[in-house]
Amino acid sequence: MTPLEVAGLSVRRADGRDLVRDLSFSLAPGERLGLIGESGSGKSLTALAVMGLLPAGMTAHGSVLLDGTQMVGTPDRKLNRVRGRAAAVVFQEPLTALDPLMRVGRQLAWPIRRRRGLRGAALRAAVQDALAEVRLPERVAAAYPHEISGGQRQRAAIAMALACEPAVLIADEPTTALDVTVQSEVLALLDGLVAGRGMALLFITHDLAVVADVADRVVVLKDGSMVESGRTRDIVREPRHAYTRSLVDSAWALEGELDRLAP
Amino acid sequence: MRGRLTFTAGCVLVAAVLLVAAVSLVWLPYDPSDTTGGRLAPPGGEHLLGTDKLGRDLLTQLMVGARIALTVGIGSVLVGGLIGVTAGLLAGFATRWLDDVLSAALDIVIAFPTLLLAMLVVAAREASLGSAVLAIGLAMSGVVARLTRVLVKQVLTQDYITASRTSGTSWPRVVAEHVLPNIAPTLLVNLALQLGLAVLAEAALSYLGLGPPPPNASWGRLLQEAQATVLTAPTGAIAPGVLLVVLVVGVNLVADGLRDLADPTRRRSR
Amino acid sequence: MTRAGAGGRAPSAGPTSGAPPAVLAAHEVGFAYRGGRPVLEDVSVTVTAGRGLALVGESGAGKTTLLRLLLGLDRPTSGRVLFDGAAVAPGDRAFRRAVQPVFQDPYSSLDPRRRVGRIVSEPLRSLGLLAPGSRAERRDEAGRRVAEALASVGLPPDAARRYPHEFSGGQRQRIAIARAVVSRPRVLLADEPVSALDVTTRIRVVELLGRLAESHGLTVVVVSHDLSVVAALCADTAIIERGRVVEQGPTADVLGSPAHPYTRKLLESVPRLSRAARLR
Repeated sequence: MTPLEVAGLSVRRADGRDLVRDLSFSLAPGERLGLIGESGSGKSLTALAVMGLLPAGMTAHGSVLLDGTQMVGTPDRKLNRVRGRAAAVVFQEPLTALDPLMRVGRQLAWPIRRRRGLRGAALRAAVQDALAEVRLPERVAAAYPHEISGGQRQRAAIAMALACEPAVLIADEPTTALDVTVQSEVLALLDGLVAGRGMALLFITHDLAVVADVADRVVVLKDGSMVESGRTRDIVREPRHAYTRSLVDSAWALEGELDRLAP
Repeated sequence: MRGRLTFTAGCVLVAAVLLVAAVSLVWLPYDPSDTTGGRLAPPGGEHLLGTDKLGRDLLTQLMVGARIALTVGIGSVLVGGLIGVTAGLLAGFATRWLDDVLSAALDIVIAFPTLLLAMLVVAAREASLGSAVLAIGLAMSGVVARLTRVLVKQVLTQDYITASRTSGTSWPRVVAEHVLPNIAPTLLVNLALQLGLAVLAEAALSYLGLGPPPPNASWGRLLQEAQATVLTAPTGAIAPGVLLVVLVVGVNLVADGLRDLADPTRRRSR
Repeated sequence: MTRAGAGGRAPSAGPTSGAPPAVLAAHEVGFAYRGGRPVLEDVSVTVTAGRGLALVGESGAGKTTLLRLLLGLDRPTSGRVLFDGAAVAPGDRAFRRAVQPVFQDPYSSLDPRRRVGRIVSEPLRSLGLLAPGSRAERRDEAGRRVAEALASVGLPPDAARRYPHEFSGGQRQRIAIARAVVSRPRVLLADEPVSALDVTTRIRVVELLGRLAESHGLTVVVVSHDLSVVAALCADTAIIERGRVVEQGPTADVLGSPAHPYTRKLLESVPRLSRAARLR
């Protein structure tokens, strides 16, 4: 079964304006798709629409088949069973994605218990395994989110997303708030975990260089519409649309100085 | 669009009460202390809204009451606003121990029961219009100060304050140029809400006999006096109640509208 | 300019004879909040006229604190900040006029309740830079200089009448730059000036800063974690790790042949199209 099949998706605001227009893409098992665009391009709204988590006042139209479940127009109660199992999200800001009043270990235990029905010692062991998988030391389980670094928080958020063993992992600018050296560590970690589990990855970013490192295919969004899609290599090497070309040229131009000094 | 509508509605309600209060200064149907109307006369006839149990004209009392309500409301907002904003600015700019001391003082003021404060003020001075204004204003100042403090602290973290400092702008000018304009909308809305609360507080004080004494006919005292006869002469209780609601709702609607008008980001740009 | 590599030779801050003059320098500065551990220790950096300086490091490394010291917003707990060779005195108008900041977040750095004209002209009014004259004359002069500053960042004169929220992030950053250059400063201290902007906007703002540096004789000091921005704008680079300068010197040397392991790690971590896995 196709993990994610989006067809003719539009996200409409209460005043009738479309923030995402007629977007279609699909994700095969184990495939990595990059959703690239600048602020206001609708890339984050697309992620929320896929999860059926649009903010109040916005409605989705079209079709989003997530692991076979139609996410558009289905009552919220039913979607709760799909979320986490079919797809999980890692957000940009790990501090707001974690509950500040709950120790990391307990937050992590919640989805594991729900998904695998573990209790007591078995649950504690599973939590430790999950932390080890994202290369976090055992003591992090007893810490509150504010007591660990930004990179560690994002690792914890990734562990929580993976705990549900989803078919699709949606990563919405997961490294934008992190330092460069931490970003490369988290990206490498994400890369290994997704490959190891054969998960499909929907990677949302504004950074062409990051997406070119992570995704096989990209969809370029501008003002809510897809302007181009294809293999990452083709898009970066030979962009066909003028907007994609300006994105690629800007990225190369910025990087040019650095490439000149430190090839 | 909706904002404009509620604001207009609020203005109409407040203006109506203001008009009644203004008219009461130059013309009243009867003298407020005139008790010749007969006890509990029904509405209609010589007395448009009837008379109270002492034979005083109810309409006259209500008109004077409008004046009292507005005087106490506006007066106590001025007192509470002045004390509160000053203390809040101080605490907002203060660091370490001064901020701690001021915050603790504000907490005490806020925790202090308004009624007890009013009784103390009345005991120290006497029951009068001024005492009511002072008591309600003081009680209000704690809340206003705490809000001001938080707003000031928020604004001070913004980069435009730092930019202003590095432009060589002095602190007093930073306050006038950037801090006050940026906290004003929220503060104004809150003060307008406080005005509504002050009107209610005055009614409560008068109901308990701690408000301005006769001939200052207060809506709260009218309610209290009408309490015993509410079944036989309901107008005496309903009329001041309705006016109280009209004024408080009007003030709150104006407060909402003010917030939209004062914020350039909400105004439609040309 | 000396180069202190992993070997740990202390970089000297003072200008040597014959070398171009140091406009602004931190000399062995340390900074700690009361009761806290030091944010900066023994840091010396020199801003040489005409050579941009980059302060590079992770969040929490102390680069923004160093910038605040150079701006005269905080005083170092040890060491000195020198402007034209003399210690910076608070309230020194010549210093304020000569050293102006640009902040990271263009949404927080412009007062939402002031029109752009008033925002950009604030340094002129506060620093007394308008020629004495009647109110109307001063207002006209301020208006003229605001229009000039807006033009230099590529904005039309009628922008002065509008409010910040009517502009996009990139345009707001241009307004902030206009405010910084209106007093005709010699040094611009920019804290992550483009990291909040989109890629296509980012390159234009970097170009604008480079152009202004040339046309206005401005020396740009950039705090950034983006090595591309550093390479594009700054002739000198200081790498800061945990409150200490671990390596500094000409950018071409520091980035071209990094001596300190942290610098090497930083260079390897930058996501680059030229190295992207899926493009090979």
